[in-house]
Amino acid sequence: MIYNVSIDGTVFRLDLDLDRAAGQWRCRVDGREVVIDAVSTQPDVLSLLIPGKAYQIRRERLAPETRIWVGDQSYSAEVTDPRSLRSRKSRADSGKGPRQLVAPMPGKVVRFLVSVNSPVEAGQGVVVVEAMKMQNEIKSPKKGIVLKLSVAEGAAVNAGDVLAIVE
Amino acid sequence: MFQKILVANRGEIAVRVIRACREVGIPSVAVYSDVDRAALHVLMADEAYHIGPASAAESYLNIAKILDAAKRSGADAIHPGYGFLSENAKFAQACVGAGVKFIGPSAASMEMMGSKTRARQEMEKAGVPFVPGTSRGLDSAQHAKDVAAKIGYPAMLKAAAGGGGKGMRLVHSPDQLQAALEAAQSEAQRAFGDGEVYLEKAIVNPRHIEMQVLADEHGNTVYLGERECSIQRRHQKVLEEAPSPVVDPDMRRRMGEVAVRVAKAANYANAGTIEFLVDQDKNFYFLEMNTRLQVEHPVTELVTGLDLVNLQIRIAAGEKLPFRQEDVVIRGHAIECRIYAEDADNNFFPSPGKIETLMTPAGPGIRLDSGVYAGWTVPIDYDPLLAKLIGYGEDRQQAIAKLARALPEYFVAGIKTNLGLFRRILADQDFQSGKIDTGYLDRLMQPNASAGESNKKSAEIAAIAAAVFALLDSTSKTNNGEASKSGTGGDSSLALSSWKRAARTDGLM
Repeated sequence: MIYNVSIDGTVFRLDLDLDRAAGQWRCRVDGREVVIDAVSTQPDVLSLLIPGKAYQIRRERLAPETRIWVGDQSYSAEVTDPRSLRSRKSRADSGKGPRQLVAPMPGKVVRFLVSVNSPVEAGQGVVVVEAMKMQNEIKSPKKGIVLKLSVAEGAAVNAGDVLAIVE
Repeated sequence: MFQKILVANRGEIAVRVIRACREVGIPSVAVYSDVDRAALHVLMADEAYHIGPASAAESYLNIAKILDAAKRSGADAIHPGYGFLSENAKFAQACVGAGVKFIGPSAASMEMMGSKTRARQEMEKAGVPFVPGTSRGLDSAQHAKDVAAKIGYPAMLKAAAGGGGKGMRLVHSPDQLQAALEAAQSEAQRAFGDGEVYLEKAIVNPRHIEMQVLADEHGNTVYLGERECSIQRRHQKVLEEAPSPVVDPDMRRRMGEVAVRVAKAANYANAGTIEFLVDQDKNFYFLEMNTRLQVEHPVTELVTGLDLVNLQIRIAAGEKLPFRQEDVVIRGHAIECRIYAEDADNNFFPSPGKIETLMTPAGPGIRLDSGVYAGWTVPIDYDPLLAKLIGYGEDRQQAIAKLARALPEYFVAGIKTNLGLFRRILADQDFQSGKIDTGYLDRLMQPNASAGESNKKSAEIAAIAAAVFALLDSTSKTNNGEASKSGTGGDSSLALSSWKRAARTDGLM
């Protein structure tokens, strides 16, 4: 399987295969062979062995981003599988297509920081929601254009309500 | 001794109290709101009663519902934990009326120490030092100038009815006073409906040091050493330690004796804490008294070897203190980290949600008081404290080393936590040399700190790992419900593959 993996903005091309019967991995990073052994010890935790080094890898899925922890260093990670349609749809952080911004908790929409059709960067604040006496900036998960602002300023929202869509 | 204790609380402190009950063989009763049905404290208690919807006002703060649960369960004592009803004199009194023992001080003691002005009056009578200034409102700018001339600059104008920093103005010289007073008065009027402003000496970068006291119901009162709680964010404690790096045995004795005097002036029984502000010359001033067990009690337990909740239960049951002041010895050093479900990158906004993965530290010198488990959904309705991680060592350096070792073992996925903050604090030079005060955390959090250097070598490892996860995710999806060629019957866990391989090699399969 070929994967394009973006780690904190740097893209690596991974060619990875697993022979399940033999428990044997084959791994090439940017064309270079790397000997690895990997075993999942529990969901989102991996024991990764590379000759001479053992790593405990942990994955944090905090929509919309995924973070990979190598020991106590963390990196933002985005994986795209150029060929598989299923894996492109199944991972929320695949980067393509319109993305929804949702309210993380019940609150009130204080104001929008951008208008419809304005361009936004990944991580740029789109809307301010007030909850528990504090104001929270909800950020765009991707670079794109604001397609729609789904609620009015002053509206009360519940957790999971769509606030805006970024294409 | 009590037959049954109802724990009128939730989260890690409810778990703490339930454990104390179990250790002395007393059945415990949990109460829970709609969102806490699957909570850890309910899992651990001997009985549990539903007390209402998520809102605290309709559940954990509801006196009638708590007492009803006590009646139905036959509990003869209630431990209130901290927060919620723990310092509610009405509740303490209602327990008396219901014939249930409140594990804590009397309603009268709570009332005396709960009012700022009343507490100051009592402290004045008891000869307790507090921040110099006026205890009544200022009549005029001239009045303010006269007081400030006596107590010295810088001076702090404060709202009598206030809190949260509103109606406060720091004044450095007499010519600033008039304007500052007018501004403080109008802000106080707008915020609290009461424009009364008084004046206190401003202590520059004070340390917040508090003294634990314990008193039985027979008049015996002791102090159990101090805790340094200066590392705060918006007046909320984040990290505490015992003993304080700046308190020597003589200062401890003097502060302790004042604390005991305060407790006696309040006719205090059970566990309590006296809070002091300490200036750069190590002068200490009474701030207030907390008439309950505190969040950070574990650090005191570790350096004294005492079990405070156990003692609370026994004191409430009428026992005398089983030791005297001279038996209390402070040994070693303990540091506690409060782990909150908060987004450190987003102004520490609460981060409720489901904990998908939880890996917790252990090993020598590590104590973890947790209220959560993997799979638990942290509700939005309450304080987002998940757990307390405490490191204990022979001295401060060792306690720091234990925590620095343990923190990387702590992993929470699914919600955001402030775990990253503690690595920064423990690695910080000023923290390590004990140079802390209530301004410390604001200084540390200045935005000029870099977000974190990306180690190129580890980035490649992260990339490999991300791809491995992606591949395993997709194969586990395809394997669900179908037997794979390897004959593992749809089991996609690769954890078995290595030893199955070994087993085959040994001819066992």
